[in-house]
Amino acid sequence: MIRWLQNRFAIIVAVLVLLYLFLPVAYTFVFSFNNYRKSNIVWNPQGSPTLKHWQDPCGAPGVCDALVTSLQIGVIATVIATVLGTMLAFALVRHKFRGRAVSNVLVFVPMATPEIVLGASLLTIFVQGFSRVGLGLGFWTITIAHIMFCVSFVVVTVKARLQSLDPRIEEAAQDLYAGPGSTFWRVTFPLVLPGIVGAALLAFSLSFDDFIITNFVSGNETTFPKFVYVSYLRGIPAQANVIGFSMFVIALTLVILGQLIGNARRSSK
Amino acid sequence: MSALAHVGGTSGTTGAGPAGDAPPQERAGRRWLPYLLLLPGGLWLLVFFVVPLLQLFTVSIQSQFPGYPGYYYRDVNFSNYLRALTDFAPQFGRSLLFAALATFFAFALAYPLAYAMAFKAGRWRNIMLIAVIAPFFTSFILRTVAWRQILADDGPVASTLNALHLLPGGRITETAAAVVAGLTYNFLPFMVLPIYASLERADARVIEAGGDLYANGFTTFRTVTLPMSMPGVIAGTLLTFIPAAGDYVNAELLGSDGDKMVGNVIDSQFFRVLGGFPTAAALSFTLMALILAMVFVYIRRFGTEELL
Repeated sequence: MIRWLQNRFAIIVAVLVLLYLFLPVAYTFVFSFNNYRKSNIVWNPQGSPTLKHWQDPCGAPGVCDALVTSLQIGVIATVIATVLGTMLAFALVRHKFRGRAVSNVLVFVPMATPEIVLGASLLTIFVQGFSRVGLGLGFWTITIAHIMFCVSFVVVTVKARLQSLDPRIEEAAQDLYAGPGSTFWRVTFPLVLPGIVGAALLAFSLSFDDFIITNFVSGNETTFPKFVYVSYLRGIPAQANVIGFSMFVIALTLVILGQLIGNARRSSK
Repeated sequence: MSALAHVGGTSGTTGAGPAGDAPPQERAGRRWLPYLLLLPGGLWLLVFFVVPLLQLFTVSIQSQFPGYPGYYYRDVNFSNYLRALTDFAPQFGRSLLFAALATFFAFALAYPLAYAMAFKAGRWRNIMLIAVIAPFFTSFILRTVAWRQILADDGPVASTLNALHLLPGGRITETAAAVVAGLTYNFLPFMVLPIYASLERADARVIEAGGDLYANGFTTFRTVTLPMSMPGVIAGTLLTFIPAAGDYVNAELLGSDGDKMVGNVIDSQFFRVLGGFPTAAALSFTLMALILAMVFVYIRRFGTEELL
């Protein structure tokens, strides 16, 4: 018995920690069925559980607009940050050049800077400089900020993948008379691709969930996290719970599906 | 997804992984290639990270126009810093203390999870990895509000502890403990991912060898597993400590007025205090300087040359 526990200790703790991670998500789910009166903080036994918030997920004013804004910013920021970050990662891992150490620091320091400092500093340039060129606080300033803080995370993720590649595979390709172009696109790139996909996924989740930086540079634009924060004082509508939980399920399903398809392909080869 | 392995950015020449070194001879015609790859991303970081920081610094030494709140003139005035450090010392202290506690608890929770994912999960590994990131999609504000409900006075945790007479103050929300719990929860994924990434790269056979050489479980862990995962542990503690020290949402939603952190002060100086910009900027810079100094000492103390 003790031996059994010892062998499974890590797994048991791991499952408990995962449950802990999911606990507030479950709470969010449960309270999406609450027939609350004024604010969705206390469970109202009368008329609960109700499906009315699920039947009308856009019923609270502004909630779906905020979601659409978050998704748009997430996609644009992810695409640009992934391209820029992947290029940086290749430069830093595969090339020796003057200024590489400085570039490494430039990539590292944004991650070592608290979000509130990033947000505050961006606000000072957006307020003082960019409004003059017609770029007021809003959708594009949020997008610019998200790209900035996602780039570093893309770089470290892709770098880790690049560094774990066996250089002999590429050498073999060159021995087989593949030119540098075809070696890259037919050998290196497919091998790095899982790292790039992982980086993009991470970038999207960071952008989608960001609040602190967004709050500084958003002006009147409202993203989903900002919508939730702003409506907290008046009471968060249960539609936010519906959307928050649905996004969690959609993200989980999509990634697991992608994983299963990937596994099936690999085993059919 | 083996993310965030070496946050410090390897200095490359120290043989990080088999492909860590650049090809020995770059063809002369392609010497411009790294700069071309570097240009767009580097420029973005320069314009939207370095320039804003410099701008923030000039704001932090501005003076107020006497009698005109919200108007400043440029001069060199470090009194904002003096004020930041004297008036808001308790908030600085709390930020660093809460963040350190949250980092410690997050480490204690994250390591077993990362360890199980790397060595025990088998084909469940990727599913568990996704499970660690998926809560991001619910929005951390919603999850923090959920914690407020879970820890509320009539909620399950507080009422159980009260029934057992284990809660001295009688409540959890509006206390420092709730803020630390919230910080621990919110930044846990940033601790799990890098530790997992470094454990995943570690060779399981080396750990088995420890067992074969009659080291018991704990000795193997202490002398073999933990040192091998050190880069991940360092990256994870930094990625937890830094955002936790700058956070204000947890203190706002879970704490009382007496639990406010530096982030709360910066936020309110920026958005609610007329003419608060220079003070807020000085506070931001002081926070960043404190954190960078601690990071530097920490990496010097524990880091290999692989970090920074």
